[in-house]
Amino acid sequence: MTGLTFAAQDSATMLGREIKHSIRLLRLLIVSAIVVPVVMLLLFDYILGGTIGHGLGDAARGAPYVDFLVPGILIMAVAGSCGPTAINVTMDMTGGFVDRIRTMAVSRGALLAGHVGGSLLRMLVATAAVTGVALLVGFRPTASVADWFAVVGIVAAFSFALAWLSAAIGLMTRSVAAANGLTLPLSFLLPFLSSTFVPTATMPAGVRWFAEQQRSSPARRSATPLTWHWPGARRSRWSPTCGPRPRSAEVPD
Amino acid sequence: MNVLTNHATRTAVSVTGLRKAYGEKVVLDGVALTIGEGEVFALLGPNGAGKTTIVRILSTLIPADAGTATVMGFDLRRDAGAVRGVIGVTGQFSAVDDLLSGEENLLLMGRLLHLPADGRRARAVELLERFDLVEAARQTPATYSGGMKRRLDLAMTLMGRPRLIFLDEPTTGLDPRSRHTMWQIIRDLVGEGVTILLTTQYLEEADHLADRIAVLDHGRIVAEGPPEELKRRIPGAHFRLRFADAASLDKAARELREGTREDEDLVLRVPNEGGIRSLRNVLARLGDDVAVEDVSIHTPDLDDVFFAVTGDASRENNS
Repeated sequence: MTGLTFAAQDSATMLGREIKHSIRLLRLLIVSAIVVPVVMLLLFDYILGGTIGHGLGDAARGAPYVDFLVPGILIMAVAGSCGPTAINVTMDMTGGFVDRIRTMAVSRGALLAGHVGGSLLRMLVATAAVTGVALLVGFRPTASVADWFAVVGIVAAFSFALAWLSAAIGLMTRSVAAANGLTLPLSFLLPFLSSTFVPTATMPAGVRWFAEQQRSSPARRSATPLTWHWPGARRSRWSPTCGPRPRSAEVPD
Repeated sequence: MNVLTNHATRTAVSVTGLRKAYGEKVVLDGVALTIGEGEVFALLGPNGAGKTTIVRILSTLIPADAGTATVMGFDLRRDAGAVRGVIGVTGQFSAVDDLLSGEENLLLMGRLLHLPADGRRARAVELLERFDLVEAARQTPATYSGGMKRRLDLAMTLMGRPRLIFLDEPTTGLDPRSRHTMWQIIRDLVGEGVTILLTTQYLEEADHLADRIAVLDHGRIVAEGPPEELKRRIPGAHFRLRFADAASLDKAARELREGTREDEDLVLRVPNEGGIRSLRNVLARLGDDVAVEDVSIHTPDLDDVFFAVTGDASRENNS
């Protein structure tokens, strides 16, 4: 067998291990990746949505607030899996498992490939589950089949980027607590500093600049074909180089 | 090259001039050692002596700053991949996957070693039985005792039938019973012709298991040889005679005119110069009217060796 075959085989083995881990930790993962975004969806839609939707005024053109909210919540569901990924990597690094692998004739990148692959799967499952809940509470996408493909592609690409970022955080930190702490802003704070809940137009200038450039906003905007009819307040002046955003899916905020 | 040219005593590990420093701190200061195939070689030393660093270098985890090393005929620097194919490492820190069951841990190793499916299953069953883990096979290591975890760790190392095994402090933190189980496991491995490099802080352990011992102190090997030879280098062999009463002790002390008295215990320690012959001689000189309750032969143990060869600090503290 060639080196490449070995690398693929080892990566598949490590992915299998990550899937087993995910099944063992299912309850924990459901809370961080599904329950938290769903609670945010419900809070913002039912509790705050009335007022916020009203405040959007003309921008909304009669579309319910939930249609604005869901793409951002999906991105939040992706980000919710960052913590577990970083923690899993840290645990392997500090627990001696990585040393064992490194003294074996195992393909060098397999362990991380397994972690990132497992993370990607968790993120996609979480987004699918959250989309299901969103449909139940009145989310009515008007996207075409092609748009849906674009959305799945964008969510997958965004997930892939965040999975690697989380794995990198996991490699950097030396304790589980640190890994958790460092990914917390990714999964919790960033969605607020973006166009997840409200358009960025009314934010203070500095915050607005940040919110438009950081990863969640472009990805959210790009996921917006789900609500294609949503009329944006304005088109971003900045080319969204910091987030995955195929041209075909570009829409105004 | 040794592997090809010398079949009688093939060399498993050959190291010369090994150096490693972290910044200013020198951890290994020119270590040289040779381990023959099928041998149990113990690195004995206190914490910080450099034992684990040697294991980490020889198992390809970290590079040495200087020196050459050959492991099972492969050059460590040029052919690390080949070295990894023939070694097995059980480190100080448990390297088991806590979320997988014991059996799944073994099967995972089997996959990573690219064993065929039925081969890895058979090997896993065999190792679970051998290490008394059959009942715990489907539980996660979180429910295991320290000894069981260590056995699983070693079983994972053995999945690929390595020819050279590094055991870094294999019994540290184990209770006496688990320690003896681990010793028996190690002795069984030796029976299969596996070469073992063992590190330990326990002198008793090295004495029990090793064919040869290197005493490591501050990154240097300060003594090396078979346990018996190391012990012979140290003065202090003696007979310990215990008497029934003080009168006998007095009489014996007068008669022999040598030795150290321990009046409280009715004990006289007499230097041993010639083994059993010398013991017979001593007893003959005492005659029948001195009531000797008990005789024991005391050979210096590795503690004596260690204090003698690793310098004066520990000795001064003791005396």
